[in-house]
Amino acid sequence: MSDLTNLTLSDAREKLRNKDITAVELAEAHIDAMQQTAGLNAFIFNTEEKAIEMAKASDAKLAKGEGGILEGIPVGVKDLFCTKDVRTTASSKILGDFTPTYESTVTANMWADGAVLLGKLNCDEFAMGSSNETSFYGPVVNPWQRQGDDTQLVPGGSSGGSAAAVAARACVAATATDTGGSIRQPAAFTGTVGMKPTYGRCSRWGTVAFASSLDQAGPITRTVRDAAIMLESMASYDVKDSTSVNVAVPAYEKALTGDIKGLKIGIPKEFKVDGMPEEIQALWQQGIEWLKAAGAEIHDVSLPHTKYALPAYYIVAPAEASSNLARYDGVRYGLRVAGDNIDEQYANSRAEGFGDEVQRRILIGTYVLSAGYYDAYYKKAQRVRTLIKQDFDQAYAKVDLMLTPTTPTAAFGIGENIGDPLTMYLNDIFTVSVNMAGLPGISIPAGISANGLPLGLQLIGKPFDEETLFRAADVMEQAADFTALPQLMAK
Amino acid sequence: MAIDQATVRKVANLARIKVSDEQVANLEGELNLILKFVDQLSEVNTDGVAPLTSAVEMTQPLRADVINDGGYADQIVKNAPASDDGFFLVPKVIE
Repeated sequence: MSDLTNLTLSDAREKLRNKDITAVELAEAHIDAMQQTAGLNAFIFNTEEKAIEMAKASDAKLAKGEGGILEGIPVGVKDLFCTKDVRTTASSKILGDFTPTYESTVTANMWADGAVLLGKLNCDEFAMGSSNETSFYGPVVNPWQRQGDDTQLVPGGSSGGSAAAVAARACVAATATDTGGSIRQPAAFTGTVGMKPTYGRCSRWGTVAFASSLDQAGPITRTVRDAAIMLESMASYDVKDSTSVNVAVPAYEKALTGDIKGLKIGIPKEFKVDGMPEEIQALWQQGIEWLKAAGAEIHDVSLPHTKYALPAYYIVAPAEASSNLARYDGVRYGLRVAGDNIDEQYANSRAEGFGDEVQRRILIGTYVLSAGYYDAYYKKAQRVRTLIKQDFDQAYAKVDLMLTPTTPTAAFGIGENIGDPLTMYLNDIFTVSVNMAGLPGISIPAGISANGLPLGLQLIGKPFDEETLFRAADVMEQAADFTALPQLMAK
Repeated sequence: MAIDQATVRKVANLARIKVSDEQVANLEGELNLILKFVDQLSEVNTDGVAPLTSAVEMTQPLRADVINDGGYADQIVKNAPASDDGFFLVPKVIE
């Protein structure tokens, strides 16, 4: 790995400001790293020329001592964010060569702050998946491998391209989205930091919709500090998203004081599921010890409806998806497959344009919303969701944060679980209730499995208290001192 | 609640997704597995519990009822598979 591609965002920022390096040099080093790691299939559309152009503009600003908080930082963007004049497909065939004439609010914020676009990152089709295997553009390969075994592993999903690219040093940081765990689970599988903010913190405008009451954008980075810097740029109140919340965006980096004395950390007992691998239990215990040693108080808490979060999610998310994805009909953009009449044209375009998992979810969603089943499924699931949220509200009367494992296992092999939707869904067992309750959560790399793969711990915060979350994550990151590197990374 | 192949066809038609006979057979099995999984929710007593309408407490914002966007039909149709003079073209829908 070159010195330039191994820089964290905060280190790169210092070197750019001190003129030790230029933004063009940094962009060129990452373009080279993208080429070296092309076999991972993390980037699906490269924007090298645009990157150099943007980097030159950043250098001009930096030379005058100007520039935003991401000035000259090369980033990757999950292909779910619309980027003006740059192809955007949500990794689906149905979007064809769709090239937006507008920019998503999250990415617009980042360009205004000086970030440099390297390209669009692979993901599960419409963010529906936990392994990045449902992408029309093929699976992403995890830069990590098991010890003494070169089996190709999944990077997790749906933000698998984002996580793999950051881990492989092909970009400094990446945008991602999280509907049921799609930022945190791939971060755990790739030894990176993945942060899902409170629902409403980042605007959803211009981001391809999957399940609108759950979707939230956030960063994947290599350090907690970098995630704090990224979120400060990505987050904003936006009148174009009516669920965006009008709360000032703090300078999250200032929250990293290193002091968590007296902070109350809850350990939800329902997360101790049957059959949890011993190494995951041990990692969780280790996390408790780290926080205790730093002066935090540990409390047992109960979230009695945890077990029902995943089944409720698999009603709410497909229902909202079936509604959101109704727009892909071959009329206004994307793939059109002709038929004898317009109804056939719709049905043909959607049959050929959507992959198997997306079709499955649309059908489940259509069924649970159909006449006679709406109350029994969708309304019931939303009632259960109220109970899940109340569990958290009650627990947060006693504690400031909660600590759990991020995933029940380390990364698995490509092809191992793809034939079994339910096994795949269980990947999100520790992350999904956070989305159901709209809370912020972060996964940090905390340990290595017996076969040499990264494992993550998750901290869960109170609504709009990302600062406390970052503060504790930073302390835990220092205690974990995770320095292992993946095998497949840019040299 | 289990679904049969006729229901799979009906739902696929509602969702405007063309499915082959072979797919219908596979989907019947897959969808029933998922429905069996979500049926766990019937164990939960939700009497008197209101359905969640928003994960985060907020009031719906209001805006002035004015036209403040639009006037760029060329951009709207730019990605259309077929368009003419600012209109989307589709197969004939009225006989």
